[in-house]
Amino acid sequence: MLKIDNLHAGVEGNEILNGINLEVNAGEVHAIMGPNGSGKSTLAAVIAGKEEFEVTEGTVILDGEDLEDSAPEERAHKGIFMSFQYPVEIPGVTVTNFMRTAINESRKARGLEEMPANQMLKLIREKSELLEIDRKFLSRSLNEGFSGGEKKRNEIFQMAMLEPKLAILDETDSGLDIDALRIVANGVNKLRSESNAVIVITHYQRLLEYIVPDYVHVLHEGKIVKSGTKELALELEEKGYDWIKNEAVV
Amino acid sequence: MAYTEEELKKELETKEYEYGFFTDIEADTLPKGLNEEIVIAISKKKEEPEWMTEWRLQAFRAWKEMIEPEWANIRYKKPDFQDISYYSAPNKKPKYNSLDEVDPELLETFKKLGISLDEQKKLAGVAVDIVMDSVSVATTFKKTLAEKGIIFCSISEAIKEHPELVKKYIGTVVPQKDNFYAALNSAVFSDGSFCYIPKGVRCPMELSTYFRINQAGTGQFERTLVIADEGSYVSYLEGCTAPSRDENQLHAAVVELIALDNAEIKYSTVQNWYPGDKEGQGGVFNFVTKRGLCEKNAKISWTQVETGSAITWKYPSCILKGDNSIGEFYSIAVTNNFQQADTGTKMVHLGKNTRSTIISKGISAGKSQNSYRGLVQVNSRAENARNFSQCDSLLMGNECGAHTFPYIEAKNKTAQIEHEATTSKIGEDQIFYCNQRGIDTEKAIALIVNGFSKEVLNKLPMEFAVEAQKLLEISLEGSVG
Repeated sequence: MLKIDNLHAGVEGNEILNGINLEVNAGEVHAIMGPNGSGKSTLAAVIAGKEEFEVTEGTVILDGEDLEDSAPEERAHKGIFMSFQYPVEIPGVTVTNFMRTAINESRKARGLEEMPANQMLKLIREKSELLEIDRKFLSRSLNEGFSGGEKKRNEIFQMAMLEPKLAILDETDSGLDIDALRIVANGVNKLRSESNAVIVITHYQRLLEYIVPDYVHVLHEGKIVKSGTKELALELEEKGYDWIKNEAVV
Repeated sequence: MAYTEEELKKELETKEYEYGFFTDIEADTLPKGLNEEIVIAISKKKEEPEWMTEWRLQAFRAWKEMIEPEWANIRYKKPDFQDISYYSAPNKKPKYNSLDEVDPELLETFKKLGISLDEQKKLAGVAVDIVMDSVSVATTFKKTLAEKGIIFCSISEAIKEHPELVKKYIGTVVPQKDNFYAALNSAVFSDGSFCYIPKGVRCPMELSTYFRINQAGTGQFERTLVIADEGSYVSYLEGCTAPSRDENQLHAAVVELIALDNAEIKYSTVQNWYPGDKEGQGGVFNFVTKRGLCEKNAKISWTQVETGSAITWKYPSCILKGDNSIGEFYSIAVTNNFQQADTGTKMVHLGKNTRSTIISKGISAGKSQNSYRGLVQVNSRAENARNFSQCDSLLMGNECGAHTFPYIEAKNKTAQIEHEATTSKIGEDQIFYCNQRGIDTEKAIALIVNGFSKEVLNKLPMEFAVEAQKLLEISLEGSVG
């Protein structure tokens, strides 16, 4: 589904990603771990198409199609979703209205009619139950005054609504207490299927106890320095990132 | 029962046009310049009674002694008042024979606003099949209104038909010598509207359609007078969301509202005069004086969406004279490119237990300057007066400006005055967040701006609100990235 080949990218001449190779197939969950500043969030942003980052070399291919010239919204229409580490506030725009706009814009891009209101309401009801979201929450302004946990839960709610092909969860566990973490992880697990894939970006092994990955990759200085199965995450937890760093130097 | 535009259209389609084109008015224009002879000539052309001519002359004499104000936060080349023609009979001849001859850019905007073909023709000055001429429309409306005793007509007609009402109220809220532009308007006003709601009557329809259709042809110096008698209610809509390509550069209107005991007036405006081009050339100078007077327990609400004009100088105000009276001001002012707006309100608390609310939303883009200027004045006898003001500014890009000039004068210790102000900027992060959800940048801006303006948009009558929302999107098109 996703094929990243020798990806180099940076901002204003500073290279952050330094030759990433990664292949993600439908039905798989990949975890990307690594110390602060290793380029995890940059990788997520580059896949999503954030213009601030310049790709200097390499390709990102989704379903055989090079994404180089696709704007962020076009990538979204193609099924890429990113859960933000720091979701922004949009005052005066309710969660419902925001989702309605997002869904209809994607449908428009695919040549479909707007989703009928009753169908939209049904979808909202279904997905809010899945994530144990109080419906009152949906008429509040997007992320305004939300707690850390509410923001993250709202991100996963949006993911559930948009049903992406590829979901990238950027540090979705940061700022979550254990109950919220469980709800969010359960939500993600319920959305897993044979036709979609998830990339979980995280610092800690904790989240991976709930969302069990098929593969774990360790990112260091903009490169994947080690790949393995879920056991690698446990090993990292035990030995810390220094072990990887040292190994990378050798 | 609310009378909707759709119903009106249906009615007109089925109705034989009774009057034909107006041909009995000569399309003539007075020579440029302003002096007493011109003022007298205007009054004569409009067949006004002597008292009105005299009233205009008083205004003119006052105006001659006045100086154009310079305190507003706007920069422009002052108009040459002797280089303007102050009277031009309405030109009823269509400018074009079909829509194909009309500027495609203008048509594109009409399309985005969802304006019907017939109305597009009317607004662009194309000959129409169903004639939505002011005469026939006014007739249709008047019948419904007359049953309730409501008077709704042009101010010229009111001067002739209802002189006692006009004489009693004109200039009582905005006196002839109130300010430079009000004095000019009082001397030379071309036409405008007059509305009287009798005691205890609730006006059964939004007084809107009439204006929308007629706006395309109104003059430079409009004069509006609305009187809501004791216990009555009226909702009045002024303006037009369609872009008005008016060749008149200077506009100086006066609006006076009088809400007698227990009456309520809701006055909504959408202003979309030509703002000038992207380089800041051309555009309308809009210098408006709007003020309302509230007697006991009366209420006046001003709601405005200002997106047009190169220069906007406008402060719809309330004189809260009667005890327990209420004044409200809800405003959205959008400036883009080189537009400049200095707008706000004055809430003058004279009576006891008077209350006022001010919600102002300023949106600046391009190289524009957007200022809020507001005065909250509590008189010494206004016990327990309360005011709440909220001024929010939204900036787009790095070259525009937002300014807030709140003035508070409280002479009574029981006054409670609150003022809140915020300034925010549409950030790249907000845009990217929307993009990532599949919403393109133009749509994202529209969404953010509508969210920002929601509290004011909610105050507009439903169908007007939908149009205003679209108008905001169009006004800000291309302002980011």
